[in-house]
Amino acid sequence: MKVVNHRTPSVDGLGIMKGRKAYTDDFAEKDSLIIKVLRSPHAFAKIKTIDDESAKALDGIEMILTYKDFKRNAFTRAGQGYPEPSPHDKFVLDEYVRYVGDEVLAVVGTSDDICQKAMDLIKVEYEVLEPVLDFEKALDHKVLVHPEDDIHEMFDIGFDPKRNKAASYHMEIGDVKKVLDSCKYTISETFYTQAQAHVMLEPHTVNARIDYQERLVLYSSTQTPFHIRRIISQALEIPLSKIRVIKPRVGGGFGGKQAIHGEMLVAYVTYITGKASKMVYTRKEVFESSYTRHPMKLEISLGADEKGMLKAIDAHVLSDTGAYGEHALTVYMVAGSKVLPLYNKVDAVRFYGDVVYTNHTPAGAYRGYGAIQGNFALESAVDILCKKMKMDPIKFRELNMMKEKETSPIFAIMGEGTEGTAMNMETCKLEECVSRGKELIHWDDIYPHIDDGDKIRSVGMAIAMQGSGIPLIDMGSASIKLNDDGFYNLMVGATEIGQGSDTVLSQIAAEVLKTSVDKVIIYSSDTDLTPFDVGAYASSTTFVSGNAVYRAADELKSMMLKEVARIFECDKDDIDFDGERFYYKDKKISLIDFSNEITYSEAQKQLQATSSYVGPKSPPPFMAGFVEVEFDKETAEMKVLNYVSVVDCGTTINPMLAKGQVDGAIVQGLGMAMFEDVKYSKNGKLISGDMLNYKIPTRLDIKKLTTEFVDSYEESGPFGAKSVGEIGIDTPPAAIANAVENAFGIRIKSLPITAEKILNKKWEIENEKK
Amino acid sequence: MKIKITINEKDKIFEVEPSEYLLDVLRRNNYTSVRRGCDNTSCGVCTVLLDDKPVPSCSLLALKANGHRITTVEGIQEEAHKIGLYFGNEGADQCGYCNPSMALTVYSLKLENPKANEQEIKEYLVGNLCRCTGYVAQHEAIKKYLGDQS
Amino acid sequence: MNVNEYVVVENIDQAYQLFNQNKKNQIIAGGAWLKLSVKEVNKLISLDDLSLNYIKTNDKSVEIGALTSLREVEMNDVVNEIDHGILSTAISQIMGVSIRNLATIGGSIMGRFSFSDIIPVLLVLDCQLYFHNRGEMTINEFITSKGLDRDILTYIKINKSTGQSYFKKISHTALDFSMLNVAITFDGSFRIAIGSQPGMAMLCEQTMAFLNQQNDISEDVIEQAVSIALTELKLSSNIRASKAYREVLAKTYIKRGLRQVIK
Repeated sequence: MKVVNHRTPSVDGLGIMKGRKAYTDDFAEKDSLIIKVLRSPHAFAKIKTIDDESAKALDGIEMILTYKDFKRNAFTRAGQGYPEPSPHDKFVLDEYVRYVGDEVLAVVGTSDDICQKAMDLIKVEYEVLEPVLDFEKALDHKVLVHPEDDIHEMFDIGFDPKRNKAASYHMEIGDVKKVLDSCKYTISETFYTQAQAHVMLEPHTVNARIDYQERLVLYSSTQTPFHIRRIISQALEIPLSKIRVIKPRVGGGFGGKQAIHGEMLVAYVTYITGKASKMVYTRKEVFESSYTRHPMKLEISLGADEKGMLKAIDAHVLSDTGAYGEHALTVYMVAGSKVLPLYNKVDAVRFYGDVVYTNHTPAGAYRGYGAIQGNFALESAVDILCKKMKMDPIKFRELNMMKEKETSPIFAIMGEGTEGTAMNMETCKLEECVSRGKELIHWDDIYPHIDDGDKIRSVGMAIAMQGSGIPLIDMGSASIKLNDDGFYNLMVGATEIGQGSDTVLSQIAAEVLKTSVDKVIIYSSDTDLTPFDVGAYASSTTFVSGNAVYRAADELKSMMLKEVARIFECDKDDIDFDGERFYYKDKKISLIDFSNEITYSEAQKQLQATSSYVGPKSPPPFMAGFVEVEFDKETAEMKVLNYVSVVDCGTTINPMLAKGQVDGAIVQGLGMAMFEDVKYSKNGKLISGDMLNYKIPTRLDIKKLTTEFVDSYEESGPFGAKSVGEIGIDTPPAAIANAVENAFGIRIKSLPITAEKILNKKWEIENEKK
Repeated sequence: MKIKITINEKDKIFEVEPSEYLLDVLRRNNYTSVRRGCDNTSCGVCTVLLDDKPVPSCSLLALKANGHRITTVEGIQEEAHKIGLYFGNEGADQCGYCNPSMALTVYSLKLENPKANEQEIKEYLVGNLCRCTGYVAQHEAIKKYLGDQS
Repeated sequence: MNVNEYVVVENIDQAYQLFNQNKKNQIIAGGAWLKLSVKEVNKLISLDDLSLNYIKTNDKSVEIGALTSLREVEMNDVVNEIDHGILSTAISQIMGVSIRNLATIGGSIMGRFSFSDIIPVLLVLDCQLYFHNRGEMTINEFITSKGLDRDILTYIKINKSTGQSYFKKISHTALDFSMLNVAITFDGSFRIAIGSQPGMAMLCEQTMAFLNQQNDISEDVIEQAVSIALTELKLSSNIRASKAYREVLAKTYIKRGLRQVIK
């Protein structure tokens, strides 16, 4: 292959480095109206009165919007396929505010300053209600987070707001209780994960104007432009044909932009006033008023026989979706569906529980999407079981984990919000991942630990899987055309958000057309100009959109050959094409001459092909993550000396960008594992709501990352590729927890794992002994 | 109030409010390569050079820049192009939102310490956060860039 | 932050007068933390035209103008030689280079930030502060007294001692505020200061007195010193660490610091 599997620099890196206009706010109209949201100081309250008379009278205030201005159309902000598996439980503005930071009203004015002045003048009287802040007590709490009757689910997701349930799920294969009872070794443990924040560096940003065809045009920093268009149309009752959503370059998403944020208000203001408007979230709003990862409580029971074969997994999971149910069920299910099949030889497995509402910042999509929560619990539990059995944790995994050509009944049962799709693992190189990782971390030399005097060094590991798009739901498409002078335009709905999809998709097209990446000009995500794509989520782009690009490019090639066959007067199958020239016997024509001819002089026509792809299955990428940690014996302070990732993502279309995806995800996972603590006040206000108090890993905290890919070729993927966007984030929490155990014999079961937690646990154990 | 700033070697006069920060004044005046990240000095995205030294424009009052020289990435296009090539070759650019600030800071590191080793690179750039790359590829790119310049 | 007026003063008297005219008048140094510490300002007083950005040295001491940036202090060769460069070491671990280009030594002192990594070091260096009205006082006098905030710091002075030193910042990530910081110097006598308790930094005077009476600093003596320090420190809990964990950190790093400076 000439282009695919090569280290191609990103197609847009230079222009972005040089500061060209690229991001949403760079394209805002200069005189845009500014929209500022007055946010709730209470975790739960009903708005009694709003006195905005003097604010409205301020010079420069265009309008003040309250819940009274909007028709009550319940919708979900979640950017998902339609009908969405998330409850429609949100109104543009509502008379209830359900968390500190929820929207009370919107002020629209000519400057930030004037909006701020107006907000200071507005008096809101609230009936302050008792909030539900402990998610373990939310179910059947006397207080209902959503008491209103005009909200609904789109199909059965277990939505029951009268019990504070956003969704619930239950599945069981075999008889878990019976199998557990028959096991020689069993363990039962409870784990907790926190509400990690995305901290993409570009805040949520959107702006709008009415164009000269009287249509609403939005620039939005979003992962899902087509879903945004649909949700706005439905909630505001604006015809879909009147809305255009353009996604410029996005400054990071990680799932945080897989939903409506400011789009609804901006669309409304511009549609009503005819004037351009914009919103840029403050960093506080990003933390407090967008959404987070779902915090979960995971109770895991495992049972194994005397030979160390895992026989049963029981997972009772409780998830906290906060005030609104975006992605509530689907994230929940992924905590099972993309974790449990790792151990596919069990006789029985159960996964069940609820997703509850609380009066906290909502939870939503975040890279890993439940899998990281489930992985932390299961991969910690596996090591706990191994300790009890006195069995080497790597040997245990080698014995019990998924192998190539095998399957798991879970694939057919659990999808995302619906039933799943049965599939065999045509590629699964977990064994290679584990054995190579073990070598790279020098497992046998270090395990469980080396005592260095003041310091102790240990290793820990975990295995993981993810998916490649949502089978039979996620659709991607691509359009490609030949231009005169022999270069191509590739139009995709796939959403470049920094992950490199524009580059990877260009590489796929270039490989099919035997040309170089600079001859493929890509344009992504504009609802008027590019074909449909669900957007950047669920690790779908390389696999789903990549397959669509492959097909479109192949179709265009075939169209070109047909035209050349006409010129050569031969059969199209007899023509050789090397990317620059077409040959048949002694005849030849260059692509440039051919493209000029068909554009200007002979049988003129535009050659353009459009193709789509929906995956019949979602081949999982796999990986093994190994960490070497150095601990201070007295203070338990931790240093991650090396993180080894060995990944099976099929062919890496761009090995350099694939490595970037894994490296970046590992560091985000380490952040969740070690640093990113989420703290609320007792009244439910987020204390860790800015970057001085919420700490993501810095470059000084990262000593060494060792990332490798094993040879793997997935037949169903474009040039053998699977996905790689999320898989990297899953292993760090469990690997770190297992390394702590291997150093001190102490098990930390809640995230983040801090030195202080380790010492507290140590003291607890010492006190128990006394 | 009026301030005079020499931006990218051109003298400019701006009308500013006493409570306005340089970041807002620059963006308002179409210097859109200077971007907002965290609002409170924690991320490095809004970095500009003040008299050749990197500073966070989100926390520099515009009036304090009066009479000084400001450099944005538009003022170091050639250097940014070079740095961009190194980042590209190492796969060190992802979302790119912070990249102009990264170019400015790397350029200023080159002026201050052209032979910086990896640890010194990390220490100099620690205030420039990146949520995408995991940093490793960036350090490779910067090491090679510095190595080839000296 | 809301500012009514920005005034660049022509002389220090004018600054002092304006500052004391109205409680809502405020001095701006670098301004790096200004929006985090004040909401409403009437007159914001800039000292930028008063030439307070300098580092001067003589045989005995270094004088640093209040508006000198932290980065300039950190990179100064003479400062780098004082007690093995303890001040440079501490400054180099504060946030990123760009903040240190903006933040000033004077602002870092007058902000009285309890998370400061600089104040503990200035305490062990027995730094002298020079105020426009009140004149000279030690940093320790400044942080232990109240009601001095309406004066203007013009410069600080540090003696050029060449003792041993130890500085340790303990934080979650490299960019985070300290959970605790420890500064120790030894040039025949010991000085120990602890910051980020999380309350204001303090000199461990009893511990210092105890150590300075000893002829031989044995492991036993170090252990005793640590227990004295724990009784006089005012450690407590905040979102970064609990009191109990801070005690472990104080114990561990005072001990390690003492061992290092007597090597």
